[in-house]
Parts: sequence; structure tokens; C-alpha cells
Amino acid sequence: MQWLNVILQGVLIGGLYAMFAAGLSLIFGVMRLVNIAHGDLIVLAAYVALLVTQALGVDPLTSLLLVVPIMAAIGYALQRGLLNYTLGGDLLPPLLVTFGLSIILQNGLLELFTADSRKLQAGAIEIQTFQVAQGIWIGVLPLIQFAVAVAVIAGLQALFYKTALGRAFRATSDDQAVAQLMGLDTRHVFAMAMALSLAIIAIAGVLLAVRTNFDPAIGPARLIFGFEAVIIGGLGNMWGTLVGGVILGVSQAIGAQIDPGWQLLAGHIVFLAILAVRPQGLFPKVPG
Amino acid sequence: MPDPLLEVRTIDAFYGDFQALFGVSLKVNAGEVVAVIGANGAGKSTLLKSIAGLLRPKAGDIVFDGEPIGATPAFAVVKRGIALVPEGRRLFPSLTVEENLLIGGQSRRPGPWTLDRVYDLFPVLAERRHLPAPALSGGQQQMAAIARALMSNPRLLLCDEISLGLAPIVVRDIYARLPAIVAEGLSLIVVEQDIAQALKAAAHVYCLQEGRIALQGPARELTRESISAAYFGV
Repeated sequence: MQWLNVILQGVLIGGLYAMFAAGLSLIFGVMRLVNIAHGDLIVLAAYVALLVTQALGVDPLTSLLLVVPIMAAIGYALQRGLLNYTLGGDLLPPLLVTFGLSIILQNGLLELFTADSRKLQAGAIEIQTFQVAQGIWIGVLPLIQFAVAVAVIAGLQALFYKTALGRAFRATSDDQAVAQLMGLDTRHVFAMAMALSLAIIAIAGVLLAVRTNFDPAIGPARLIFGFEAVIIGGLGNMWGTLVGGVILGVSQAIGAQIDPGWQLLAGHIVFLAILAVRPQGLFPKVPG
Repeated sequence: MPDPLLEVRTIDAFYGDFQALFGVSLKVNAGEVVAVIGANGAGKSTLLKSIAGLLRPKAGDIVFDGEPIGATPAFAVVKRGIALVPEGRRLFPSLTVEENLLIGGQSRRPGPWTLDRVYDLFPVLAERRHLPAPALSGGQQQMAAIARALMSNPRLLLCDEISLGLAPIVVRDIYARLPAIVAEGLSLIVVEQDIAQALKAAAHVYCLQEGRIALQGPARELTRESISAAYFGV
């Protein structure tokens, strides 16, 4: 029973990891940009939510109504004002610029908010649980997180394959020059993709900050979790990313159960094992 | 004489330090079919890319419908009514045939061409609308590329080597649809290595040689000798 509970907890936190990963995967898929600042943007979203909840006195989940559009707007501006200039041919310039951005974000947040740990308070919902079977308990908050993650992945999938914006993303990813010949301003398409990525980051950041303490330095570790979930699941497959997040979450939960010091290590070891056996990930995108 | 629909005035175009076009000029009147011929590397595709806005000429002007478009980016040129069928077709491989056509219609210019109309023109595309683009044969892909360009309801259609890599019977089939396209009031620039095909389709012919116009004139007035002299530079 104890192990079943552990695995269940791992599955539910896997949803959060999948959300870290989804935005990362989206950006790489559309514009071949590896966003090293992704984790720090998650932390930024948590601080934006902190300000919103303090200023308006709303609970963290309600604050999403403001945090999501704010982060999306930051994403659009970041892409048009900075990252678009780093694109074109080489993978290195965007890598270096987002690395620099990561450092700026961490130190900027440190200046503004100090290194103190913060947390978003969601009230009673944080500790509510219910019993699904004899000895098996599920927390309401982790369940909400997982349901939101599934909804985000399903929404992304629908957006990609059912809407004009998704069509524009896929066409631009295939062939930028021809996409322009079709009347698509690729600078705008890229900025829309980054806005969407940061909207997902906003949701992930708020859920993270409700679940656990955060401070300006925790971004890079979230980036690694996101990377690992994407790679395990297979690049370019959104449902695979969810499975990747779940595998990572379960590995960490089992590791932590064996010895609390093994939590992160267990996740990394499973990631390395999968990378060694199936470098293309478990569910790679079928070549078109 | 009314003003031409498109006027290219002595443009120079470069790829980095390499100069691909030297003072090239060209005119297309409304409703006219113009052919640009020349050997590999003569600058034909470069000329089309410059008109379509993918390459900005370093000198000279491109005037479309009375407005300069030499510095206009490609996505805005489409909205003014110039569509390019790129060399090698270049359909979007991860999109279905129909999604490729819908992307073509993305600029939302009003006009006669709709999904139904392009399916009437190329019925085989309607049958295969839900297949991924790479599942089509070469000829069908070329039809899809033309249909995709038509979906933007252009006033000027640029066709870059639509016969490339296709069987002669397929090429004849595709060229047989061009009159139906021109009948809608479009102007056309066809770039071809297949000189016979180009001379048959076009009213006016330009021959490029190493980035310069070596010969031009009405298609019926040009002799085979003058063309081969201009084509090969001998």
C-alpha cells in the first residue's frame, strides 16, 4: 500500500514536470531555440503571482487570470525585442543569450525579493485529501495539478492540429522561407509561440509555488526536469512529454522512498538509462 | 499604353559578396504571360526571389501596381498580390494537402480562388486532401504547390521551374491548366529551362545569361538561333 501511494504521488507530480517540459518543447519545435532561461521564467511567474496575490488579496489559482496574460505579454515582447535577433542558422547565439537572460533573471529577482524562501498560500485546499481505496490517499491539490497538466497538453495538441495558429506553427517549423511566401510574418509567429510557452510557464510556476517553497535560485533545476521529461518522452510528441514527466516523477518518488537523499539522483539515473537505451526517447515524432 | 503591372528596373542582387543579378529589367502587363529562360545559375530564381521579397536587391527598383516593393518583406508582398510557386515545390511536409492549401489562403485576399475552385482545377488534390503532402507524386505535389499559391488570389503568379523533375506528359498536363488560371485575369511569370514549353506558353520572353538579360522580345519573333546564342552565350 505504501508503495502504491508513493507511485501515485510520483504520477501526480509528473504532471507538473510535463508542464515545465511542454513550453520548452514547443519553442524548440517551432524555432529550434533551446531556452536556457526557461526554469528562471517559471520562477519569475511565481514571483509575479506572489505580487498579484499580495496586491489584490486573491488566492493563487485566481491570480492565474492575471499572471497568464502578464507572462504571455512578457513572452511576446521578449521574442520580438530580443530573441528573434538571435535566430537564423546557428543554435549557439540563442543558447548564449538565454543563458545570459537566466543569470539576469536570477540576480534581478535576488535584488528585488532577496534570497528568502517564499510560498503561495492556497488555503485549506493545500492539505485536503480523499481516500480512493483502503489505505490509498490522494491530495486534492496534486490531483488538480495533474488534471491541469492533462488539460494543457490536450489543449496544446488541439491548438497544433485544429487551429490556424497551430498550422502556422507547423508550417514555420517546416520551412521558414516558404512560410513567409504564404504571408506569415515569422517574427510574429515566433513571438506567438513564445507567448504561448510563457502562458504555460505561468500555470506551471503558480502550481509549483503553491506546492513548494521557491527562491530566486531554483530555476535551473526546474529547467533540468523539463529537459529530462522532453527527452524521455521523445521530442515533438506532446503526450510523450506527459509520459516523460510521469516517469521522472515516479522515479523521484521511488528514490525518495528508499532514501530521501536519492530523490533527485533516482530521476537523473532513470533519465540517463533511457537516454542510453533509446536516445530518441520513448515516443519520438514519426517522421512526416 | 497603360502602366505595366510589374516593372523591375535595373536591379542588382547579391548573395553575400556574390553578385547574382546585374542591372536586370523586366516588365509584365496585366493579363500577360512572360517567360524567363536561361541556363542553370543564370539568375532566374534570384530574379523571382527578388520580386517575391525573399531577397532585397542592392540597387534598382521593383514597382508593382505603381508602388515600390523592392524593400517590402515577403509576407507583405503576398498581401499585395504576388505569389511564388518555389522551385522544388517545397510543400510543408508535416501538413496535409488541404492544410498546405489553407496556409496559402492565409493572407485572406479576396478573389475567385477558394478551396472548391482549386479542387475543380486539380481534382486529384480533392481526392487526396487528407494525405500528408509528401505522400503525393511529384506531379501532384507541383499541382498542390500551384494551388497553394493561387489560394492567396494573386494578381501576379511567379512559377519557378514547374517542369523540373517531372515526366513530359505530366508537364504537358500542368501547362494545359495555365490558360484556365490566366483566364481569371492573372499575370504570370514562368521560369523554365524547357525552352519549347516556355515559348509556347508565353507572349514575351526574357533570356538571362550570367545575371544579365541577354535577349528579350515577343515569343513569336525570336528565332531558335538567337535564343541558343543568348542561352549558351556562344
